[in-house]
Amino acid sequence: MRSALKYALPLALGFAVLVAWEAFVRAYDIPRFVLPAPSDIWQALIADFPSLLSSLWTTLRITLVAFALAVLCGVALAVLFSQSRVVEMMLYPYAVALQVTPVVAIAPLIIIWVGFERINLALLILAWIVAFFPILSNTTLGLRSTDHNLIDLFRLYGASRWQILWRLKLPSALPYLLGGMKTSGGLALIGTVVAEYGAGSGTATGLAWRIIEAGNRLQIPRMFAAFFLLTAVGLAIFFGLSLLEYLSLRKWHESAVSKEK
Amino acid sequence: MNVIAALCAVERIYSNGVKAVGPLDLEIRDGEFVSLLGPSGCGKSTALRLIAGLLEPTAGTIVWPGEKARIGFVFQDPTLMPWATARDNVRLPLDLSHVQRNEADKRATGALARVGLSGFEAAYPRELSGGMKMRVSIARALAGRPKLLLMDEPFAALDEMTRQELNDDLISLWRDDSLTIVFVTHSVYESTYLSTRTVVLTPRPGRVAAEIRFSRSPAPDPSYRFTPEFGNETNRVTSALRNAMKDAA
Repeated sequence: MRSALKYALPLALGFAVLVAWEAFVRAYDIPRFVLPAPSDIWQALIADFPSLLSSLWTTLRITLVAFALAVLCGVALAVLFSQSRVVEMMLYPYAVALQVTPVVAIAPLIIIWVGFERINLALLILAWIVAFFPILSNTTLGLRSTDHNLIDLFRLYGASRWQILWRLKLPSALPYLLGGMKTSGGLALIGTVVAEYGAGSGTATGLAWRIIEAGNRLQIPRMFAAFFLLTAVGLAIFFGLSLLEYLSLRKWHESAVSKEK
Repeated sequence: MNVIAALCAVERIYSNGVKAVGPLDLEIRDGEFVSLLGPSGCGKSTALRLIAGLLEPTAGTIVWPGEKARIGFVFQDPTLMPWATARDNVRLPLDLSHVQRNEADKRATGALARVGLSGFEAAYPRELSGGMKMRVSIARALAGRPKLLLMDEPFAALDEMTRQELNDDLISLWRDDSLTIVFVTHSVYESTYLSTRTVVLTPRPGRVAAEIRFSRSPAPDPSYRFTPEFGNETNRVTSALRNAMKDAA
C-alpha cells in the first residue's frame, strides 16, 4: 500500500499538472512560442525523435564517461589521502579550487586548449571537473569515519595496511561513496549540459545544443521536448544510483534497512 | 604459576599532557582471571591497551618472560563489522592470518557454537540483540585461540540478566580453555563474581591501590551470588575501592 502510493502520488500529480497546463493554454489561447501545450511538446518530440535521440545519446555518453572517471579518480585520490597525510595536505586545496571554480568560466579556456576538433573531450573534462569533488570529499570522509576500535583490532591481529584498507576502510566508506555518487551523477549531467552551452556554436551536438538551436529558431515546443528528455535522463541517473545504493546496503546499513512494523 | 606478562613501572602520558596511568606495576600469571577495578577515567582501559600493544608506554616496560602470548581483545562495544555476517566477523582473526577458508569457516562456526549462537552464522549484526552481538565479539576473540584474553568493560552496556548470563558463560570458557583473562570493570560485583584476583586502581593516574585475592571466585555456580560469603567478599572489595578513592582525594 505504502509503496504503491509512493509511485502513484507523484504520477497523479504530474498528470494533473499536464491536464491543467493543456486546459490553461487552450482556454487563454496562449501562443505556442510563449508556452506550448503538452500536446504540442509531445508532437515535437515525436517529429524530431531521431535527431533528439542522437543528441541525447551524445550528452548521455559524455555524462556517463565523465561520471565513471569521476568515481574512479575520486576514490583513488581519497584512498591516496587516507594513506598519506602529506599528499592530502598538499593536494586538497587544489581539489577544492577545482570545485569552486564555476565551470562556465573555465569552459572557453578548456575548449580552446583541447581544440574544437575534439569538442567531446573538452566537454568530458568539464563534466568530470564538476562531478569529481563530491566523490572525493564523501569518500575521504567515509574512509576517516572507520571505527577506531576496529582499526585497533585489525592491528592487534597483525593486519597489513592493505588488509586494513581493503577489508575495513573501503567497506566503511561505501555508504558515503554511494551518497556522493548520487550527487555526482546529477552534477555530471549538469556539467555536460553547461559545458555544451559554453561550447555554443555548431560544434557540439548534444541536447544543450538542440535547446539553443530551437530557442534561436523560436521552436519552443522542440525546446521543451529537449528539456523533458534532459530531466528524464537526470531522474534515470538518480533512481539508478538509488537502486544501486539500496542493493549494496540493504543487508546491513541503517539507511537501507526497512523498519519492522 | 608462571608470570606471562609483567608491567614494570609503566606510565602513559597522552599528547595533551594528561597522565592516564602510572607508575603501574602488575604481574599477570598463567591461568589467572584478573579484574582491574576502578572509577571511570582511572586509566583501566589504557592499561589494557598497553598490555595489548595498542599503545606504547611513555615510561617503564612491559616484559613477556616467555613467548609473547597470543592476545584476544574484547571492547566495551561489540565492535563488529556491520557489513559482515556473524561468521565472517568471527573469522576475522583467521582471515588476517591467512588461515585456509574451509578451516577458518569451521573454526568460526565452532566458536559461535561455544558462545551459544549456533544457527546465527549468517545473521548480520543489526539483526542481533546487544547481548548476542557481545557473544559474537567474544567468539571472534576465541577464534584466534588466544592465550591471554583482554576485556574492556565488555558487559557494561548490557541489561542485568544478560550480563549475569554472560558472566557465567565467561567463567565456563575460562575454565574449559585454561585462558588467562584480564577483565576491566567498574562493577564491584562483577569483579568479585568473576575473578581470582581483583586489582583496585586509584583515580587517574591509575596505580595499584590494593589487591584482593578470592578463595572461591570465579563463582563455582550461579547461586554463589546469593551466598553470605559473596556478600562478604564484595564488602572487602568495596572498602578497598573506597579507600583508594579517599587516599586520592
